[in-house]
Amino acid sequence: VREDFREILRLVRPGARVIDVGCGEGELLELLVREKQAQGRGLELEAAGVSACLARGLAVVQGDADRDLDAFPSRAFDYAILSQTLQATHNPRHVLSELLRIADRAIVSFPNFGHWRVRWSLLSRGRMPETRALPEPWWSTPNIHLCSLADFNALTADLDLRAEHCAALVRGQAARTIDPTRGIENWRAENALFLLSRRTPAIDPEPTDTPRDLFEA
Amino acid sequence: MDGSADIMAQDSGVWAFGPDKPLRLDSGAKLDNLEIAWRSFGTLNADRSNAVLICHALTLDQHVAGIHPVSGKEGWWTRLVGPGRPLDPADWFILCSNVIGGCNGSSGPGSVDPATGQPYGLTFPVITIGDMVRAQAMLVEAFGIKKLAAVVGGSMGGMQVLQWAADYPQRLEAAVCVASAARHSAQNIAFHEVGRQAVMADPDWRGGAYASAGVRPEKGLAVARMAAHITYLSEAALQRKFGRELQNDGLSFGFDADFQVESYLRHQGGSFVNRFDANSYLYITRAMDYFDLAAPHGGVLAQAFRGARDVKFCVLSFTSDWLYPTLESRHIVRALNAAGAQASFLEIESDKGHDAFLLDEPVMDGALRGFLDSVRSRW
Repeated sequence: VREDFREILRLVRPGARVIDVGCGEGELLELLVREKQAQGRGLELEAAGVSACLARGLAVVQGDADRDLDAFPSRAFDYAILSQTLQATHNPRHVLSELLRIADRAIVSFPNFGHWRVRWSLLSRGRMPETRALPEPWWSTPNIHLCSLADFNALTADLDLRAEHCAALVRGQAARTIDPTRGIENWRAENALFLLSRRTPAIDPEPTDTPRDLFEA
Repeated sequence: MDGSADIMAQDSGVWAFGPDKPLRLDSGAKLDNLEIAWRSFGTLNADRSNAVLICHALTLDQHVAGIHPVSGKEGWWTRLVGPGRPLDPADWFILCSNVIGGCNGSSGPGSVDPATGQPYGLTFPVITIGDMVRAQAMLVEAFGIKKLAAVVGGSMGGMQVLQWAADYPQRLEAAVCVASAARHSAQNIAFHEVGRQAVMADPDWRGGAYASAGVRPEKGLAVARMAAHITYLSEAALQRKFGRELQNDGLSFGFDADFQVESYLRHQGGSFVNRFDANSYLYITRAMDYFDLAAPHGGVLAQAFRGARDVKFCVLSFTSDWLYPTLESRHIVRALNAAGAQASFLEIESDKGHDAFLLDEPVMDGALRGFLDSVRSRW
């Protein structure tokens, strides 16, 4: 099991309603269903990924995080998971606020552009960093909105989100719980994973007994 | 079951409901002596939990697989139904029935009105998608099936699938809706009206009473089919197939079919009249035009699905389908999400237009196989 999956499995409450945004072929969703008895849903851009999820018996909607989260009603989930994808979205701020509209908590992970390898690569070579966490050249990378741990902290503060938990992730190593506001972590954490919630409670929608069409809402 | 020489167990028949079981129609009328023509593949298991109902599109029929008894051609969805296919008769009991209003054995405008001894013609009551589904529910009950493992359909068949989910959610495990919509758009209605007007403009239509006059409005029905056929294709598919290719060398400077696309449409229209009834075409297109699943629920589609939270849905659309475009499917998926149902959705890349759901689309086959296998694994 991938280290980030293990950490997510640890964070998710058993029996929770979970949406995995960018769920790929559904590996994580299947784990959540099997080991956490989660009610899993997925959103995935690639047709092959959606087909693979269907074959696993998972309920997955084709779509992308930028555009299609609006297909889900407010507070439909306990957790919305966005793994290593935020930096590839067109509007990360909107995506993050949508995640915390449709779910009470968001689990978000991303490569930290403040990591020392990235800084060293730019400083020493004077070229866009190519590291093990960010292997593609600038002209082909899907990562169009990279941020550092400090940048992400600023965005969560701006959106009035609380970081309930944060872990540094390195491939092949156990997740390490960190305080994301410590400056040293912005150098040390290659990838960061956050468990976020709203500081101010969301306005409750109408009682869910009478579902409203989102077009009419 | 007739286990014939064919490798599939299959059976067919016409279920005649007695006068004690009239079909109540949305219009307020009722239909006595209801008859439903059906065809089945595979065998019902002991607890009758392996049944799938397939709902057909506008001009199709119950002959979803196997050989069509009249045309001698293969069934219309052998990609989906057959040995080794996603719906394998070795595992599934596959049932498909001709819709009411149709012309392949079920009660329709061409049936004889027991009150007069004459064909109904336009005295046949106007029917809806809801009525078609109510009749199917009677058939399913007659087979002793309490809960269908799945209801599957494309185009108008997909409308019936959605209607099933709205009206009988407790009698469904899963629902597959392909290339369809939860309501007919103004453009959909407009194209149907062109078709109906073409039929009714044919002097041989005789106000719908052509059967007793011994004629058929073949010209009008052929034109209706030609117009409709264009809506089933895409611009790219027409271009790829025909471009501006000519039938013969050079232009005729007349009004014969110079272009191959003209000849193709004439052929489509001409062969259609041999297998379809003009009045059935009027009734079924009308039923589709009347279809608006949200309307009885205050215009809120999610309300139509509020009983279907435990139904697993698979919604598929095609990129080049401009008759029932992807947006219509996304609208369905949103409503299913709002109702808390388990919805899956996939838009399949294809340049074949609306007809793609009947054609060689391996991504569709794969998605349906995955979804239906997961349904089957729960028996």
